[in-house]
Amino acid sequence: MYIKQISIFVENKPGRLADITGILADNKIDIRALSIADTTDYGILRLIVNDPDTALEKLKAAGITSSITNVLAIGIPDEAGAFSDAIRTLSAKGINVEYAYAFITPEAGAAYVIIRVEDNDAAAEALKGTSIKLIGQQEIFNQSK
Amino acid sequence: MSKYYSATEVATREYLHDLQSERLVKTVRSCYEHIPFYKKKLDEAGIKPEDIKSIDDITKLPFTIKQDLRDNYPFGLFAVPKEKLVRVHASSGTTGKQTVVGYTKNDIDVWSESTARALTAAGATRSDYIHISYGYGLFTGGLGLHYGAEKLGATAIPVSSGNTQRQVQILKDFGSNVLCCTPSYALHIGETIRQMGMDPKELPLRIGIFGAEPWSEKMREELENSLAIKAYDIYGLSEIAGPGVAYECCERNGMHVSEDYFYPEIVDPDTLEPLPDGEYGELVFTCIGKEALPLIRYRTRDIASISHEKCACGRTLVKMSKPKGRSDDMLIIRGVNVFPSQVEHVILTLGMEPNYQIIVDRINNLDTMTVKIEMSDTMFSDSVKKIEDSEKKIKAAMQTILGVSANISLVEPKTLPRFEGKAQRVIDNRKI
Repeated sequence: MYIKQISIFVENKPGRLADITGILADNKIDIRALSIADTTDYGILRLIVNDPDTALEKLKAAGITSSITNVLAIGIPDEAGAFSDAIRTLSAKGINVEYAYAFITPEAGAAYVIIRVEDNDAAAEALKGTSIKLIGQQEIFNQSK
Repeated sequence: MSKYYSATEVATREYLHDLQSERLVKTVRSCYEHIPFYKKKLDEAGIKPEDIKSIDDITKLPFTIKQDLRDNYPFGLFAVPKEKLVRVHASSGTTGKQTVVGYTKNDIDVWSESTARALTAAGATRSDYIHISYGYGLFTGGLGLHYGAEKLGATAIPVSSGNTQRQVQILKDFGSNVLCCTPSYALHIGETIRQMGMDPKELPLRIGIFGAEPWSEKMREELENSLAIKAYDIYGLSEIAGPGVAYECCERNGMHVSEDYFYPEIVDPDTLEPLPDGEYGELVFTCIGKEALPLIRYRTRDIASISHEKCACGRTLVKMSKPKGRSDDMLIIRGVNVFPSQVEHVILTLGMEPNYQIIVDRINNLDTMTVKIEMSDTMFSDSVKKIEDSEKKIKAAMQTILGVSANISLVEPKTLPRFEGKAQRVIDNRKI
């Protein structure tokens, strides 16, 4: 139950982010969640979109360095300590979260978090039987409509 | 202490001519007998050692280039058996292979004498403390000046490069009188002196001998103001000996060449025809007083001119101008010779596309080099750590091959200029 995340290399120069998001807009790609990891010289733009395959194709055609990474989306209760519980569950199984970013969801009382781990299967297995549920690609977009 | 170190510095031109002739004849004979490379080269050119009768015959001889040293790496061009060698030095080469040079005891004496001449010409005496901030090691800078200082009878302080605050502490506490380093590092030291709340005017330092990278009259002004000293240029290259091949005197309008050991010529870099006094061309040296590595007509790639005009200082030795450029694309970064081809070599070795750009700046008086490399699908990752690991790997490889650190800047693909024909990959923003 992975989610396809688009990862994009963005050089730190004015207008670059506008160019890249412009390509997605022109191709009617809907962005559901995003995060930017930045360093002095460049950033990595990470996106969850409705049509990752088309998005990747259009970005590559424009000469933009991009790739698809499988990540997990988890749904947790929108309450204090819920995210901590999720992370602790993974950490107890020795699973390290490389990065994570949250986004709002119209589903009442729930928050969605994208997490990047080395081994998606092991993480999915670790979360089985807990109150944390894995969210599929379609689910994210169905609910947002 | 006299104003000159050696009598030869003020000898008559006739005496010099005879001395050079005698030494050239001897050198050519030795090269022919002891270095297979030169025997082959002379045979191919149809020249016998006995055809060389005086220094005027030098133009009959073939040239030597840096590639010849690489082709005979490491010791193939040495004219003496290893029992006679007492030291080797090396400088970085274009494809990771270093250029290795060797010295006999006598060669070290010749070289030390040259740097002792340079120190004397700048006004140093045996009662001075000579603070040497050139790197010690395979690089010739540190040990070259060190042996010259000792030969002169002065006190060498072998500080080597780096740790600028300690440098300043030593300048103050030991009372260094003469500073030897690269001009850019000297400016950095000057800044550090002020940052540490000291006034350079209150230090006993009075002379600076700066080399290993080109510098201008404007920089001389800056150096003299910054350190409250008189600044002198010194020229040299390891293939010929090291620093001290040529040096400025009190007149400071050209560098006297120790031509009794290193015979200079200026040639047109394209036709290789000799050029007259005053005309700029490629500087060529023949080692006529060396045993281990007596290079014949070695092309330095430095563009300079020479002048036999009488110098007001009294020295009769020919003077060379400050080099005003290179006939190749070599860069000098913090005194270290760097070729763009070395950068390319690293990039290719790591399996990347050779699209790159080298940006050189001088920030706080220190040279910095940044290599821009285009991001590729294979290097890209969604993880910053993985990209940074790749950057570190490139950085480490650059340091190993270039001998100087380079910043790595990853840019988007197809954003660096492409070239048809000769690539212009270097942007040198230094205003020297």
